[in-house]
Amino acid sequence: MKKAQSLLIRFSQVALVLLGATFLVSILIRQLPGDVSLLINPVASEAERASLRHELGLDRNYFSAYWMWLSRMFQGDFGFFIFGGKVLPVLKTAIPPTLQLIFYTQIVALTVAVPLGVTSAYKQGTRFDRFTSTTLFSLSSIPNFGIGLILSLIIGVKIGILPPSGYKPISEGLLDHFRLMVLPVLTLAIAPISTYTRLLRAEMIGALREDYVLLALSKGLSDRRILLRHVLRPSCTTLMTSAALSMGGLIGGALVIEIIFVIPGMGTQLAKAIGMREFLAIQTYVAFIALFYITFNSIIDFLIGVVDPRTRNRRA
Amino acid sequence: MSEILKLSDFSVSFDTPRGDLHAVRGVDLSIAKGESIGIVGESGSGKTVLSRATMGLMPSTATCTGTVEFKGAVISNLSRAEVRKNWGTGMAMVFQDPMTSLNPVRRIGSQLMEALIVRLGMSKDQARARSVELLERVRIPDPYAAMKKYPGELSGGMRQRIVIAIAIACTPELLFADEPTTALDVTVQAQVLELLAELRQEFNMAMILVTHDLGVVAGQTDRVIVMYAGQIVEAASTTDLFRNMKMPYTEALMKSIPRMDQSSGQRLRVITGRLPDPTTPEPGCSFAPRCEYATDKCRTEKPPLVTTQTGHQYRCFFPIGGSL
Ligand SMILES: Nc1ncnc2c1ncn2[C@@H]1O[C@H](COP(=O)(O)OP(=O)(O)OP(=O)(O)O)[C@@H](O)[C@H]1O
Ligand code: SF4
Ligand SMILES: [Mg+2]
Repeated sequence: MKKAQSLLIRFSQVALVLLGATFLVSILIRQLPGDVSLLINPVASEAERASLRHELGLDRNYFSAYWMWLSRMFQGDFGFFIFGGKVLPVLKTAIPPTLQLIFYTQIVALTVAVPLGVTSAYKQGTRFDRFTSTTLFSLSSIPNFGIGLILSLIIGVKIGILPPSGYKPISEGLLDHFRLMVLPVLTLAIAPISTYTRLLRAEMIGALREDYVLLALSKGLSDRRILLRHVLRPSCTTLMTSAALSMGGLIGGALVIEIIFVIPGMGTQLAKAIGMREFLAIQTYVAFIALFYITFNSIIDFLIGVVDPRTRNRRA
Repeated sequence: MSEILKLSDFSVSFDTPRGDLHAVRGVDLSIAKGESIGIVGESGSGKTVLSRATMGLMPSTATCTGTVEFKGAVISNLSRAEVRKNWGTGMAMVFQDPMTSLNPVRRIGSQLMEALIVRLGMSKDQARARSVELLERVRIPDPYAAMKKYPGELSGGMRQRIVIAIAIACTPELLFADEPTTALDVTVQAQVLELLAELRQEFNMAMILVTHDLGVVAGQTDRVIVMYAGQIVEAASTTDLFRNMKMPYTEALMKSIPRMDQSSGQRLRVITGRLPDPTTPEPGCSFAPRCEYATDKCRTEKPPLVTTQTGHQYRCFFPIGGSL
C-alpha cells in the first residue's frame, strides 16, 4: 500500500518534470530568430507558407502548439523534419550511442574513483594522497572539449593506437565498438572521477572518525575490512547522490563530446536540428534527454535506498 | 591475585596546533583478574584518553610513553597489527553513546557475527546461533527479529545492550566501559549497569568503568581511581574512598552528585572554575586554582602521590582528615 503510494508519487513527479521541461523548450524554440517558412522556401507563395506554419503549429498560441506536439507524441507520432523525413528513425539510431557514452562514463568514473578515494582517505596526507588530489584537480580544470581534442590528437592521430573519432554499434563487433569509445569516455570521465574521488575521500575521512569505526577497530578487525565494510558503505550514499547530480553535466558533456568524436548520437542530432530550426525534432529530442536524466536519477535514488537504510523512511 | 593489566608511568600527549597537550600524565595502575575499578573525574580529565590509549586505540597524533602490560606481557611497544590480536578477545570496549557506536547502515546481526567469524573462525551458522544467544543474554526481546534490524530501529537502551553483546562476544578478560550509561535514561541506566555486573561475574571479566559520576561507581566497583587534569589524584578501595575521602577534589565531586533526598528546587552544586589548560601545566597542584583549602605552597609546589598503610593514595599537601 505504502509502496504503491510512493511509486505513484514518484511517477507523477517524473511526469510533471517531463511536461515542464518540454513546455519550456517549446516556448524557447519559438524565440529563435528567423521565420522558418521563409528559411525553407524563400520563393513560396503566401498560401504555401501559411499552410506550413499551420502544420508546425506556429500559427497557434504556446499552449495549443504544445498540446498539438504532446498529443501527437502520445499517438506515437514523434514529429517530422521540415526538410523531409520522420524523427522516429533518427531517434532510434541516435539514442543508443548517447546512452552508451553516459553509461560507460559513469562506470569508468566510479571504478576509478572508488579505489582512489578510499586509498586517499586511508593514506591521507601522504604523498600518494597529495599527488592524486593535485593531478585530479589540474585535469578537471581543463574543459571537456579541450581534453577531448587533446586526447584525440595525441593518442588518436599522433600515436595512433586508438581511432581518433567515429562510432560503431555493438552489432558491428564488440572490439571495434569499445576501441572507438575509449577516448570519448575517458574525456567525459575525468570531471566525475575528480568530483567523486574528492567527495569520497572527504566523506570517508569523516566516517573514519565515527565511533562505530572505533568499535569495529576494538573488535580486532583488519583495517582493510573496516574500510570496505564499515566506512565505504555509509559514504556511498553521498557518492551516489553526487553521481545523480552529475548526470545533468554528464549529459551536457556527452552532447558536446559527440560532436568532437563524430558520434551520431543525440548531441549531434540536436545540434543539427537547432541549426536547421527543426522545431518538432528539437522538442522531441529534449523530451528524451529529460527522460534520460530523470530515469537515471530515479534508479540512483532507488539504489541509495537499498544501500542506506537511513534514507528509506525519509524517501517514502 | 594475579594482575591482568599494569600501567607504569603511563603518559599520553597530543601534538596539537597549540603545542603538546598532556592528556594523561604519569599514571601507575594495576588491575587484578576479575577486578572492577572505577575511573572518575570531570569532563576533560583524561579518562577516555587513558582507557583508549591503554588498549592502543589512539590516532597518530598521540604519543604514549611508559609501559602497558597485559597478562604479564608488555604491549605498549607492539605494532598495531600485534596489539590488535588482543582486541575483542583480550580487551574490549563499550562506548558512551550507543547512538553513534553502531554502524547505521549494517544490520545488528552482521555487526555481531562479524567478530565471531573473523576473530574466532566460526562458520556463519555457528556465528548466527551464538549471536542469538548473546542477544538473549543481554536481554534483547525477540533476538531473531533484532538480528535483522538496523541500529536506527532500536532504542538507546537496546542499542547499548547490543554494543555490550558485541564487546563480550569473544569473551574478553578485560572490559573497558567508557561512560556506558551517560547517554541513557535514568531507569535504563540502572538496568545496563546491573547487566554489566552480571556479565562480569559470569565471565570473570575485569572491568574498568569510566564515569564522571561517583554515584555510579559506588555500587559497581571494588576500587576507585579519581583523575584530575590527566593525573591520578586519589585511589582507594571503594569503601575506603567513600568512608575516608582524602582529596579536596574528590570531596567537591562528591558534593556534585544529585541526591534523592534533596528538595527538588535545590540546585546541584557544581565545582566552580574550570580544568587547567592541558597544554600549559600549572607550577603547583593542578587543583589549586579551584581548591577551597589551597595555600601558597599548593600554588608553587607539586604535591606527590602519597600512599598510606592501607593502600589509600592521594595527591595533596593538606588531605581531608589529616595526613595519615
Ligand atoms: N584526539 C585528540 N587530539 C587532541 N586532544 C585530545 C584528543 N582526544 C582528547 N584530547 C584532549 O585530551 C583531554 C582529555 O580528554 P578525555 O576525552 O580523555 O576526557 P574525559 O575525561 O574522557 O572527558 P569526558 O567526561 O568529557 O568524556 C582533553 O583536554 C581533550 O581535549
Ligand atoms: S594540594 Fe593544596 S590545592 Fe591541591 S588539592 Fe591539596 S589542598 Fe587543594
Ligand atoms: Mg570521555
